Amino acid sequence: MTTNPQLDIDRIIDDRRIRIVVCCGSGGVGKTTTAAAIGLRAAERGRQVCVLTVDPARRLAQSMGLSSLDNTPRLVEGIDDEAGGSLHAMMLDMKRTFDEIVEAHSDPTRAAQILANPFYQSLSSSFAGTQEYMAMEKLGQLRRSDEWDLIVVDTPPSRSALDFLDAPERLGRFLDGRLIRLLTSPVKAGRPFGRMLNAGFSMMTGAMTKVLGGQLLRDAQTFVTAFDTMFGGFRERADATYKLLQAPGTSFLVVATPEPDALREASYFVERLDEERMPLAGLLLNRVHSAGSCRLSAARSVGAAETLETMISNGPLATDSAARDTLAAQTLSAAALRLHASRMNLGERERRVAGSFMSAHPAVPVVEVPALPDDVHDLAGLRRVGELFAATQ
Amino acid sequence: MTARDTDWDGVRLHVVTGKGGTGKTTVAAALALALAHAGRKVLLIEAEGRQGIARLFDRPPLPYAERKIAIGPGEADDGRDAGGDVYALAIDPEGALLDYLQMFYNLRGVGNALNKLGMVDFATTIAPGLADVLVTGKATEATRRRQAGTASPPGGDPPGTPRSKAQSGFAYDAVVLDAPPTGRIGRFLNVTAEVSGLAKVGPVRAHADSVANVIKSPQTAVHFVSTLEEMPVQETLDGIAEIRAIPGMQVGGIVINMAQPAMLSREDLKGPPDLAAMAAALTAAGLHSTDALAAELADELAGHARHVELEDRERTDIEAAGQPVYELTLIPEGIDLAALHRLAAELRDQGAA
Repeated sequence: MTTNPQLDIDRIIDDRRIRIVVCCGSGGVGKTTTAAAIGLRAAERGRQVCVLTVDPARRLAQSMGLSSLDNTPRLVEGIDDEAGGSLHAMMLDMKRTFDEIVEAHSDPTRAAQILANPFYQSLSSSFAGTQEYMAMEKLGQLRRSDEWDLIVVDTPPSRSALDFLDAPERLGRFLDGRLIRLLTSPVKAGRPFGRMLNAGFSMMTGAMTKVLGGQLLRDAQTFVTAFDTMFGGFRERADATYKLLQAPGTSFLVVATPEPDALREASYFVERLDEERMPLAGLLLNRVHSAGSCRLSAARSVGAAETLETMISNGPLATDSAARDTLAAQTLSAAALRLHASRMNLGERERRVAGSFMSAHPAVPVVEVPALPDDVHDLAGLRRVGELFAATQ
Repeated sequence: MTARDTDWDGVRLHVVTGKGGTGKTTVAAALALALAHAGRKVLLIEAEGRQGIARLFDRPPLPYAERKIAIGPGEADDGRDAGGDVYALAIDPEGALLDYLQMFYNLRGVGNALNKLGMVDFATTIAPGLADVLVTGKATEATRRRQAGTASPPGGDPPGTPRSKAQSGFAYDAVVLDAPPTGRIGRFLNVTAEVSGLAKVGPVRAHADSVANVIKSPQTAVHFVSTLEEMPVQETLDGIAEIRAIPGMQVGGIVINMAQPAMLSREDLKGPPDLAAMAAALTAAGLHSTDALAAELADELAGHARHVELEDRERTDIEAAGQPVYELTLIPEGIDLAALHRLAAELRDQGAA
């Protein structure tokens, strides 16, 4: 259906130089399941794998033996370890991860002060972007620990796939920014920035106080002052992890379903990776409704269904059991033909939508994964999904 | 007078949430259209700057301004063939902060200066919860807003205030908010709790309280959009439990989106079909190689049967939540304005609007 190169998941999994696989894409496309299935497959092909997942569906977590959210990689039991591989999985606890950074970067007194600050508590548990930052932080930690030779990470559920790349930078900007420094020391602010900016700044803080309230601003200032010593650390860490994502040992796998919205997000992401010179493995086109073995076209199928329906409505009343059986078979066949036609149409639409992505990005390797009738509940299910990834067309 | 009762008479702010990929924005847009009948004026708000509404209505990206975007269905049967108006607004936290500065402090000039210096972006980010309060604040402001020339009574409107525009004098008869996904909805709406750790007193707190007065009142209902799949249904049930746990908040309906039309009866899907009889029927319909074809179609039927069975299980779970359930048929061709009108009609027929 396309001229795009085939994405070979097994080649990525088996390439020992690849140490990080990032599964990204918009919400609801099956990123978490994809990450888990890739992790399992890689482990069963002999790699020491850790799957880092963010907010997974409860049953999927259970299928990997993860019942509690404890921020520690747990060994997944029951995998086929004949090839010498192993699988760990963990769920990200963003507050715990944040707390740990604070503790690692300041003396106990200061750390306690920061952890108790209401501003910090909100920032670490509900700031939009903290989750992305902490996912990246955790990824950096796991990578540095060197206990695993492959880390598969599932990006947080956000409105846009790009948030994963942008949020850490955003958080870094706020914790490290010029403005926050001005805010913490308004008295000194005039010196480096001159009279005009100083005047503008007084006006700004005046306005901010009016809007946010003096207490809020004081809380923020206390928090920022306590945090001040760690800013350098934060920026450096964010930069280091970002560089890690640009390194050749990282591979980005963009996940999308053959729907316009998901593929639009995928498109943005692919372009962004290119700009950032981040290594794109390819697109995993998930939940594709394949035509199956039956090649009867939608048009012929509908035509035949109509013929049968006409026969049914014009035919004589079924009076004996043989006639009733014939009528039942005709009714069922007509319905089956309609069902088949709708499948064919769906497949056709999906091909059209996917086709426009592919003509815009002809060099991006693509693998199509058929839609499954059931949800995944256990390792066997994940294994089946992994087999689908690897099956070539 | 309204032509008939709906499940949500008295609700003026409809919050629509759902797991990513369930078609939350589509349902919000269809609901807005459904509410915009018989001359009623509805505001459709997009809370997370994705410009999904603009795309649905085939318009260029929406600015931070209330623009008329569509005309609601006319109703010939009640003798007044006047469609209502759907207005749309895309809110971003920065725009909402500027708006807030202007509205409450007459500080737009300062706001623009702040914005240039990155201060607005700074404020909406550094103060967790502030961005959400600003967005919900804009939605509740639009909900409470009076038509020009009518003063708002202090303390908002009593529940059960007559809804029809002429009597109520509201700027909008209803507001539909395309809210953040289910995973974030409780936090997003529970604004007072969200800012309370930061602002015990002061203007932000007062603002949050006034927002909560609308959100935690019978004027507001939170509708959930789900598909008949396990994860979206689970998230919906979790989200409903979360909203129910917040005192004063009202869970609305559950919209099952993209439901497959029933092409076969459950009876037809029960057992393996008689392949020989099917092949004979297919031959009669003028098809060839019907033995193989019958077997292939039977496989497809079996797959479909499994799917239907799974969907039925999810539907049972949804119904057990005890909220009104609406079902919207899958529109395979994709969503355009005509499709939105079809969905709006389905919502109206089922009493959602």
